[in-house]
Amino acid sequence: MIKLFSLKQQKKDEEGSARAGGSQKKASAAQLRITKDLNELNLPKTCSTEFPDPDDLLNFKLIICPDEGFYRGGRFVFSFKVGPNYPHEPPKVKCETAVYHPNIDLEGNVCLNILREDWKPVLTVNSIVYGLQYLFLEPNPEDPLNKEAADELQSNRRLFEQHVQRAMRGGYVGSSYFERCLK
Amino acid sequence: MFIVVTTMDSGESQVSEYQNRRWMNIRKLLERSGPFCHPDFEPSAEILDFIMNSCKVLVVGAGGLGCELLKDLALMGFKKIHIVDMDTIELSNLNRQFLFRKNDIGLSKAKCAVEFVNKRIPGCEAVAHHCTIQSLDEGFYRQFHIIVCGLDSIVARRWLNGMLVSLLEYNDDRSLDQSSVIPMVDGGTEGFKGNARVILPGMSACIECTLDLYPPQKTYPLCTIANTPRLPEHCIEYVKVIQWAKENPWGSGTALDGDDPQHVAWVYEKAQERAMKHGIANVTYRLTQGVLKNIIPAVASTNAAIAAACATEVFKLASSCCVNMNNYMILNMADGVYTYTFSAEKRQDCIACSNTPHVMEIESNATLQVIYDKLCEDQGYMMKSPGITTVINGRNKTLYMSSIKSIEERTRDNLKKKVTEMGLYNGADILVADVTTPSTITIKLKLIENEDVEMSR
Ligand SMILES: [Zn+2]
Repeated sequence: MIKLFSLKQQKKDEEGSARAGGSQKKASAAQLRITKDLNELNLPKTCSTEFPDPDDLLNFKLIICPDEGFYRGGRFVFSFKVGPNYPHEPPKVKCETAVYHPNIDLEGNVCLNILREDWKPVLTVNSIVYGLQYLFLEPNPEDPLNKEAADELQSNRRLFEQHVQRAMRGGYVGSSYFERCLK
Repeated sequence: MFIVVTTMDSGESQVSEYQNRRWMNIRKLLERSGPFCHPDFEPSAEILDFIMNSCKVLVVGAGGLGCELLKDLALMGFKKIHIVDMDTIELSNLNRQFLFRKNDIGLSKAKCAVEFVNKRIPGCEAVAHHCTIQSLDEGFYRQFHIIVCGLDSIVARRWLNGMLVSLLEYNDDRSLDQSSVIPMVDGGTEGFKGNARVILPGMSACIECTLDLYPPQKTYPLCTIANTPRLPEHCIEYVKVIQWAKENPWGSGTALDGDDPQHVAWVYEKAQERAMKHGIANVTYRLTQGVLKNIIPAVASTNAAIAAACATEVFKLASSCCVNMNNYMILNMADGVYTYTFSAEKRQDCIACSNTPHVMEIESNATLQVIYDKLCEDQGYMMKSPGITTVINGRNKTLYMSSIKSIEERTRDNLKKKVTEMGLYNGADILVADVTTPSTITIKLKLIENEDVEMSR
């Protein structure tokens, strides 16, 4: 224990006003942490990032172009929004490309455990990138967000594959229209 | 304690008799030694004088914990208390925020609390600040000896922690100047559970060191709420997370506001429809509000216990009469009463308190390239691919980052620019991230006049 309050400290008053002002605003803890995360981002070769404003490291896009699996040849854009409570809370991630996928709905919500219930402050942006990449390699019909797609993947793999292809080329699957997203 | 006012000869001795009796119990702690005293404690009458007339304490938050803290501290003899809270009083506060009355609804919590305590406790000079903590500057926070928090927000705690860490000053040998340390006593409650802790910024575990101790917000797997809802909460979450964005009932771009009764009513109605479809009972308006605002019912006795623990720690810090708790106490009254104190450890890679500023000397006309090369080549750094950012006029600026292609391309030209051209100055901080350091580090630039310039003068 330190004796902070040996009675000498009474001069606080004068000190307080005298030194105020004129100093640089400090970066927030969220900002320091995301800078570290991004500087160490180790992207798989199928992924790249885009920063609309290089000074704003809290808002960016991740582009995934899978080179194998059902989604080979497609180009999928995800938006990342990192809030002031990062890394206590995960970034908000949405898929901006319409995709026929069991774990991604048509509004761009993504069902990935580490984006919600299994997020921990030790995880990084890199963990999310790998998680998202994995969703394209191994779509998981057990955790459906697009129920039709999930059921189809389980019951008729070939039909599912055809529908994924049709969606990526641009067209209707059922009543939903998908914009072309082939590279 | 009760006070007997005896009839005395003069008014003056009546006052001092009253004063003597009023502080009798506290003086027993401060004016004599005892077996539990801190080894360095020197009993004296001056300590009470310090507590009453010099020691400035800031109470952050004037809610459930804040009311308790303000009352406790004022009754202990602290007079120079400031309290900050941006909120106004609501009807639902009145069951536990006992400094407020029905007539106060709609008024500032900080102001009402201060008015009540100053009137009720003779000599108390509490001061109210009805604003956000972020709107108060360094000079404001620096005036306090101790800061005690009763907050319900992690973001606010982290902000305050960052502020107190930024006020730390270091000697030339990079050792901490202890007179710049402002202790933070932090209390938190959630229903029947609570915690109290003492933080000596730069010396013991800070909020960021122990960020994993905060329970994450309750969330449900997205696929469960979308396809296999079982609980009423799942239905409400579905409307909140998926249906709101899909239907945009107030036009696109209108965010769901848990304080807007119309928004809550809309969510409630849709959640009921969904619950009906899946055969789920018990979606109520109250639950809807609770899920949207993440409300956990507040319990008055938890607040009282945690505030008492915090106020005791403030007293110990101010007087040095007793060793402080080391350093994190938890209290659980959900099932019997359980309490436990442990020593939370300071992290060597803490983003906030391990970041003691390095100083880098460069010539005043040096370019960013000079800094970059120093970071890669100087013995003290030997970095691999440093990413360099700064804050200029409150805005973040990326100076150079080689690891991200799109940013590298757009910041490459900065390397050729003089640091002063980019708004940096003598004493400015740059933030550097690299694989070789456990977290982003702060480097203070020391610009030295170039010798050639000196000679040509
Ligand atoms: Zn820390």
